[in-house]
Amino acid sequence: MSQQYGSSFEREDDSANGPDADPTPAPTGAAGQTSTADLDSLLDEIDSVLETNAEEFVKGFVQKGGQ
Amino acid sequence: MGVETEFGVHYSHPGSRPLTPEEVARYLFRPVVEWGRSSNVFVSNGSRLYLDVGSHPEYATAECSTLDELVAVDKAGERVMQELIDEATGHMRADGFTGTIYLYKNNADSAGNSYGSHENYLLNRRTEFRRLSEALIPFLITRQLVSGAGKAIGVRTGVSDGGLHGSGGTEGPMSGPPEPHFAFSQRADHVMEGISSATTRSRPIINTRDEPHADAAEYRRLHVIVGDSNMSETTQLVRFGATDLLLRMIEAGTPLGDHQLANPIRAIRQVSHDLTGTAQLELRNGGHRSALQLQRHYLAQATAFVREHGPHHDRVPAVLDLWERTLEAVESGDYSRIDTEIDWAIKHRFLSRYAAKNSLDWDAPRIAQLDLSYHDITPQRGLFSLLQSRGAAARFLDDAAIEDAVEHPPPSTRATLRGRFIRAARDARQTYSVDWTHLKLNDRPLQAISIKDPFQTESDRLDALIEHLRHTTGGESDSSSVHPV
Repeated sequence: MSQQYGSSFEREDDSANGPDADPTPAPTGAAGQTSTADLDSLLDEIDSVLETNAEEFVKGFVQKGGQ
Repeated sequence: MGVETEFGVHYSHPGSRPLTPEEVARYLFRPVVEWGRSSNVFVSNGSRLYLDVGSHPEYATAECSTLDELVAVDKAGERVMQELIDEATGHMRADGFTGTIYLYKNNADSAGNSYGSHENYLLNRRTEFRRLSEALIPFLITRQLVSGAGKAIGVRTGVSDGGLHGSGGTEGPMSGPPEPHFAFSQRADHVMEGISSATTRSRPIINTRDEPHADAAEYRRLHVIVGDSNMSETTQLVRFGATDLLLRMIEAGTPLGDHQLANPIRAIRQVSHDLTGTAQLELRNGGHRSALQLQRHYLAQATAFVREHGPHHDRVPAVLDLWERTLEAVESGDYSRIDTEIDWAIKHRFLSRYAAKNSLDWDAPRIAQLDLSYHDITPQRGLFSLLQSRGAAARFLDDAAIEDAVEHPPPSTRATLRGRFIRAARDARQTYSVDWTHLKLNDRPLQAISIKDPFQTESDRLDALIEHLRHTTGGESDSSSVHPV
């Protein structure tokens, strides 16, 4: 299993290289600890891992109550 | 200590017949049933894996005696669940179901149903339970400032709001939908009373179930079911670490003051929906305190307690430091010193930036979807995992520690004996029965081992039984069978 996790992360990191090459200016007031470019690129990329119809997707998530 | 996590099950295949959570859960647990002949098993790291009320896959960590163990074993549970997803996805494809399984480590679906993250603490029986719970409940109600997982509140959920937005009745419906906003807690809106024996009908803050799985004359169990499921290791550190400090103070008889709340359920909702931490909570004795004031009070008490008695483990300074920085952040409204370490702040940072970038409000379906995604346990797409892999979520463990915790029980408790027993029995292809306190080979019931002491890590009887198993089989061990998948 560990190899699968590793390769998954590498795939994600590879795909992050595109947007990173074209850094957007850091917004003022952003936190210092994290690379802002990394977070900005994720703001762009996250749509590609989400299913497209957000409303249908969210409404489709119904459970029976647990404890 | 231990923590039980119920996961939300979601199967999505746009344009196709939806599968119910029950159907998906059956696929998920097929390898577990094949492995353990039951959908309720103990796995080789000593933890319990089962299908709970409402078809929620549930993972209960093995007994842990350190925060590092507890967080590692809990995060290992996400990996165990991921293995079940991978296996189930294959089986479902073979049956023609080509959609996607999502498991969420969160506490609410989109229809107002809730499921929990239940903490168990082993306490000394000598502490009077009423005094303990009275002292603890105001802490638990305000703890969400530090340990909440955060939630985008958009549309009405159909959950009673305890009179927060309505005219006062605790079970009354909302008088109107609240403005979309961001709240500290996933769970707060689903908690219905302070203390009771109920779990599903009327969820309390503390459940009175007292099965200590230990010598009941010496110990009792504290079952806290008010918490949010956390993704962040550092948030878990301060959640369990601060609660442990409070419990130690109560056990030591440290006076914490009378801060019993007039209406705990109204208060927990007030706190969750007020990011300033200043909403005035009515006390039973007539006064008022804000969540920030109460948490400041508990932090000051804990700090003094540690100064007097010394730290009882080496993570205590980190717990106190993050606790303090989080309260400072709530007070100042500047989350930048905690927004990689505290779940609600990590989530708030990303969601608010996404919302600003795309001109969305907190009630946008996309925001609700991102909120779910934060809790999606699949590493290559779950928002929390993606944030962590880019350094936007801090951690104090590493992947190796969590991988290790998938396979091996925490070494400081009897879980280590349970893990050894399961491994040996499976290697020898013997059927066995295990629960929290017993280890038994089915064809040798007279040699069953009972381990009442949760801190026992060595057993001559287990050594002898394992030695016996080695001799009776002597053959190649089937190491692939120590794990369900």
